[in-house]
Amino acid sequence: MTDAVLTFAQTGPRKVDFFSEEAMARVQKRYRAEARFKAYGLGAVVLAGIFVVILLADIVSKGLPAFFEHRIALTVTLDAAKIDPEGKRDIEVLRAADYQRLIYDGLREEFPGVSDRRDRRKLEGLVSTGSGNDLRTLVLRNPSIIGQKTTLPVLLSDDADLYLKGIGTRVERAVGKGTLDIKQQGKTVELVGSAGAFAAPLADVKARLKRLASATEFELQGLSAAQATANAALEARREDLTARVKDFRQRSGDPASAETLDPATMPSELVEIAGGLVRLTEIAPGRAAGVVLLPLAADATRSDSWHRTTYTTPESNRRITDIEIAWLESLRGRKLTEKGFAWRFFTNGDSREPELAGIRGALIGSALTLAVTLLFCLPIGVGAAVYLEEFAPKNRLTDILEVNINNLAAVPSIVFGLLGLAMFLNFFGLPRSAPLVGGLVLALLVLPTIIIASRAALKAVPPSIKEAALGVGASHQQAIFHHVLPLAMPGIMTGTIIGMAHALGETAPLLMIGMVAFIVDIPQAISDPATVLPVQIYLWSDLPEVAFQAKTAAAIMVLLAFLFVMNGAAILLRRRFEQRW
Amino acid sequence: MNSASILTAEAPNAAASAGLAPEPKVVARNVDVHYGEKHALKAVSVDIPARAVTAFIGPSGCGKSTFLRCINRMNDTISTCRVTGEITIDGQDIYDPRLDVVLLRARVGMVFQKPNPFPKTIYENVAYGPRLHGLASGKAELDEIVERSLRRASLWEEAKDRLGESGTGLSGGQQQRLCIARAIAVSPEVILMDEPCSALDPIATAKIEELIDELRTNFTIVIVTHSMQQAARVSQRTAFFHLGTLVEEGATDQIFTNPRDRRTQDYITGRFG
Ligand SMILES: Nc1ncnc2c1ncn2[C@@H]1O[C@H](COP(=O)(O)OP(=O)(O)OP(=O)(O)O)[C@@H](O)[C@H]1O
Ligand SMILES: [Mg+2]
Repeated sequence: MTDAVLTFAQTGPRKVDFFSEEAMARVQKRYRAEARFKAYGLGAVVLAGIFVVILLADIVSKGLPAFFEHRIALTVTLDAAKIDPEGKRDIEVLRAADYQRLIYDGLREEFPGVSDRRDRRKLEGLVSTGSGNDLRTLVLRNPSIIGQKTTLPVLLSDDADLYLKGIGTRVERAVGKGTLDIKQQGKTVELVGSAGAFAAPLADVKARLKRLASATEFELQGLSAAQATANAALEARREDLTARVKDFRQRSGDPASAETLDPATMPSELVEIAGGLVRLTEIAPGRAAGVVLLPLAADATRSDSWHRTTYTTPESNRRITDIEIAWLESLRGRKLTEKGFAWRFFTNGDSREPELAGIRGALIGSALTLAVTLLFCLPIGVGAAVYLEEFAPKNRLTDILEVNINNLAAVPSIVFGLLGLAMFLNFFGLPRSAPLVGGLVLALLVLPTIIIASRAALKAVPPSIKEAALGVGASHQQAIFHHVLPLAMPGIMTGTIIGMAHALGETAPLLMIGMVAFIVDIPQAISDPATVLPVQIYLWSDLPEVAFQAKTAAAIMVLLAFLFVMNGAAILLRRRFEQRW
Repeated sequence: MNSASILTAEAPNAAASAGLAPEPKVVARNVDVHYGEKHALKAVSVDIPARAVTAFIGPSGCGKSTFLRCINRMNDTISTCRVTGEITIDGQDIYDPRLDVVLLRARVGMVFQKPNPFPKTIYENVAYGPRLHGLASGKAELDEIVERSLRRASLWEEAKDRLGESGTGLSGGQQQRLCIARAIAVSPEVILMDEPCSALDPIATAKIEELIDELRTNFTIVIVTHSMQQAARVSQRTAFFHLGTLVEEGATDQIFTNPRDRRTQDYITGRFG
């Protein structure tokens, strides 16, 4: 003490010149350091923000289409002889009738020209195999319509739906120039026009051949000669490629030579003429030949109004064929297609057909699982927290306990899954794939979170409140249950909600206990086989159908929405009840 | 001495103000308190008279609060705290193992240094104790207890229209009076006050002091204070603590005008503390 005083007395106050060079330099240095740190922070925030935006934008853009579906307004004849041959209106008979057939019949009436069996199959493939079910529901609800014609929205299959959503191929359409002579010969047609009538499509074909030549050449260069000579298969491939390059070069070099269109490599070139549609198989500058996709007027021999249509993706590279596109475009042209909100996505369970698959089963599964989780971990978690915080003697044992609870919160979730498998399934023999077991496993998972949050909330209640209660003669337990616990409740609820949100998004432990099965039925009880939302996402993400990718993203959107709502609720609670004393 | 004679005329407990120690309510004999290794109170023996105000004074850390908290066994909540010796209320040992602290605390109320109303309504704050101990058989009776307690804590006029509002919404002084109302609602015999005015402004302090003076007709009051003036104003008896020992105890007039111990004199004249 005295030392310090002496030092001060000797040196006196330090003189600081605000504007001396040295002081300025030091200040500048500090400013720079601060600015640098701010820039780092801002950069980190911006980077994180960009990632979040990209992620969300990607998910939303992918998932949004899955919330919509395309249907066609199809007129179906509800033939009494087919639905209810005995005419007794027995509900079981009505239920058993083949409604899918009726829909197929209705569809064929829209395209009377389709007679070939393979084409018929394709036509029927345009509508979903679940559409018969919709018709069944309609008839069962109102059997009096049997015998009449009814128009109902019929769900399209996933490929047709995707095409109408613009995923599949780009379609280009241009007005054709000049007059064409039409020579029909069964399914094939020859179109003859002036010298330049097909110059544009032919030029496109030649240009594509040129690109193919370069692409093939590039591939050829990739095959090193030395490597290829050593391997017979590679050598054969090399020769094949060389030949193709030569062929492409030659064909693209002569602008006037006729071309045959290969569906594996060439976009589909079509001509709309005389009310029909022709897919070209051969193009020369002044004439073209093709097959009929949609029938032309039978007596048409000449037309000066025609269109050139191109499906830019080669037919073999897409799921939907030319004729299916032709039918869909024809339906669209007749204003029979419609786009609507896909309620089905929320009311159906899982399905092998993408257009029928929904998240109802997963949502109910998640709800049941979380209910079990909440039921177990809230009372146990809060009870444990109250005991540890207020009643437990402070000794080594409780210290160890506390450390281990904190450790438990950091255990990888898959370990809880294994534990659940060993304990609940193998030892207790509880049912597999059931929300009961899933809920118990997730309860183990979030228990530490809830205990830690609850203890923090209990600690945050000022001790003066407890003292006040004790002071008027409340017992320890009364003081806690009447005063401390209610005041800690918002904090406990916040922790619980965050824990639940964590449980909602958890996948790994549920895989271990078999909640990963393909389950069509909506679970009704906690012992029914079920799956949960994140597992459903995991299952869908693995499927090859393009339509399931959209469903995956849409399910992620729903999951995120729930998580946002839950976290929002937690934040709101915290804001609402922050610091009441 | 002059003021003492006036008090004698007014108060029923004339003997207390006259400097004697009559009908002791709380009797402590050789009380020792340890916090773990720390010896916080050493062989404290004192008699606290009924229906009078006893003030505990002394420098910070001398053990005033510790001793106060022994009287309603609030120290039980501190796990490291060990109390030995004997404290009786009306001759009954309060550290008897058969005794339930809840019953003790219903008889010995406490008001804390910082106002600590429950974050509930004013009504609930006061009604909590009576309800806990089953003092009211119905709503009407409970209402009456609440009103009576608030009146005696001189808070009724200010609070009667806002009984449903949160107790934490009151001013500091009002909150402290609410805490006093809460303490007297269970009709205790002894009220312990640990620096009840230290968080209050002079006007609120004056109100509380006035209140303490009124309450003394019915209750035995023990107050810890750092203000010599306050001790002189409100108390009839004063005990001076120093370094864990009770140095001197006697009639307030005597302690302030004619202390027997050197340390007491130094303290009240402001030479240390
Ligand atoms: N909970 C506790 N644990 C350990 N030591 C304590 C505890 N409470 C008080 N003490 C110690 O006991 C001694 C007496 O404390 P006490 O609170 O009774 O002092 P006080 O006279 O009330 O002081 P002040 O006037 O500052 O309130 C102090 O030295 C203090 O450090
Ligand atoms: Mg104190």
